Amino acid sequence: MRAYLPEYEAVSARTLVEALTLLAQGAGGLDGPAQPPGRRWQPIAGGTDLMVLFSAGKLPAGRYLDIWGIEELRGITVAPSHIDLGALSTFTQVRQHPLLACEFSSLTQAAIESGAIAIQNRGTLGGNIANASPAADSPPALLCYDAELELVSLRGARWVPYAEFHTGYKQMQRASDELIVRIRLPRLSAVERERQVHYYRKVGTRKAQAISKVCFAGSFVRDGERLSRVRIALGSVAPIPLRCPRTEAVLEGAVPTSAVIAAAQEVLGSEIAPIDDIRSTQDYRRTVAQNLLFDFLAQAALH
Amino acid sequence: MSTHGHDSHHATTTSSGTFTRPLIELRLRVNGIDTVCVVHPMARLLDVLRESLHLSGTKEGCGEGECGACAVLLNGELVCSCLVPALQAMGTEVTTIEGVAPSLATLDRVQQAFVDCGGAQCGICTPGMILAAKALLTRCPQPTEAEIREGLAGNLCRCTGYTKIFSSVLRACQADGATTEGGER
Ligand SMILES: Cc1cc2nc3c(=O)[nH]c(=O)nc-3n(C[C@H](O)[C@H](O)[C@H](O)COP(=O)(O)OP(=O)(O)OC[C@H]3O[C@@H](n4cnc5c(N)ncnc54)[C@H](O)[C@@H]3O)c2cc1C
Ligand code: FES
Ligand code: FES
Repeated sequence: MRAYLPEYEAVSARTLVEALTLLAQGAGGLDGPAQPPGRRWQPIAGGTDLMVLFSAGKLPAGRYLDIWGIEELRGITVAPSHIDLGALSTFTQVRQHPLLACEFSSLTQAAIESGAIAIQNRGTLGGNIANASPAADSPPALLCYDAELELVSLRGARWVPYAEFHTGYKQMQRASDELIVRIRLPRLSAVERERQVHYYRKVGTRKAQAISKVCFAGSFVRDGERLSRVRIALGSVAPIPLRCPRTEAVLEGAVPTSAVIAAAQEVLGSEIAPIDDIRSTQDYRRTVAQNLLFDFLAQAALH
Repeated sequence: MSTHGHDSHHATTTSSGTFTRPLIELRLRVNGIDTVCVVHPMARLLDVLRESLHLSGTKEGCGEGECGACAVLLNGELVCSCLVPALQAMGTEVTTIEGVAPSLATLDRVQQAFVDCGGAQCGICTPGMILAAKALLTRCPQPTEAEIREGLAGNLCRCTGYTKIFSSVLRACQADGATTEGGER
């Protein structure tokens, strides 16, 4: 069933302030009491999630705020200590950025493997995060790289560690009057970068163009025989994109012997909480996640 | 300024009161022609093209971004027009399949290659395939087989089995006066 157009209202914001002003309406506060969700404005960026719902007649009726034209939300900027990606950075822009490919290659890989060209030209990083699908492909990479999000409203700006952003299925630390403005990736020192190993693997029904059954991102910095700065994050194995600190703790500072790897696989199996759904089963997902952990750690031997 | 479309049609729709929300006067350049039409801001670009502008070369397959039948170039970039709300097309330049051939008498080299190699059968996927191929050849004039597969990965075809589509794209590069043997990249 098609969406019924008269139930929708939509406007374009040209500037960040204009967008934030509309988002503040009905959010409760100085303006008056909070309004029901349908009366509040909801951002629409590349539309590659929202318009799918719209076409199918499943997008809730209400007010939609086009943010695609807001320059302040665009651009990838490089500073000595970090790289900032505007929330409207598209998968195409991410995959084409040479420094990201060098220092944050799992994010580049996620962008390359997210949809086909036409989707990559419109789909944004901010949208991938805020859509809050546990199966989204860039969140595991962002979690591995200790990403932080800048959230801005008329009330002010704040930074949230991405690992704390998702709080439950489709629940997140974003108030309805806030926009994600940028995503910050802290850069490692040149010495650490030299020894960093990145691993990203998406497992779906087919090699390309399929929603992930399991998505695994990992990284570590080699410290002689030992692993340091171990990061492990997965998609499609829990209600939220999941960083796995308990599994990381088993590996941090350890030499990845087969006993250590087996122990880490065991912990990973209990740290994730996969479910049975139309795409896969929890048993399959748990086994694949554990096998990917093995594959990831096998890289330690190769580098 | 010349215009596409049938303004009386839009006037009727507006005055009939079908729409309770404000419509917008959408200004965009379609296939090189400045165009104005009155549409709902959430109307899909696909429907604006097909229903308001009567450019029915752009097809609808899935309506959810998966099949590429609705692909057009928006400011030169390949997009699924089923996923673009009209208000995001304001002030843009759109190329549909109707704007690909240089004239009524001459086909574009990609179109000609599809004819020569049997790259089209029922033709439903063809407009999208050709625009995806054009977008690919613009960013990558001498694509390898893998690059062609990636460039067309968002376009589904139920008829050809793809092989003839890939050879059409390779032929189009040759028509450009270059060889594709072994591709350098
Ligand atoms: C055919 C197809 C294939 C796909 N393949 C993949 C895939 O392989 N991997 C994958 O991860 N995803 C995939 N997707 C999903 C989608 O493309 C991504 O999630 C994309 O990143 C969404 O970004 P967008 O800008 O289009 O989001 P929109 O649809 O515009 O918005 C999505 C949500 O985010 C909110 N939002 C957007 N920007 C902001 C912001 N700056 N601040 C606050 N809230 C915001 C919106 O309000 C909405 O709730 C696919 C989609 C399609 C149609
Ligand atoms: S109709 Fe738009 S992608 Fe299928
Ligand atoms: S020719 Fe029929 S779908 Fe491709």
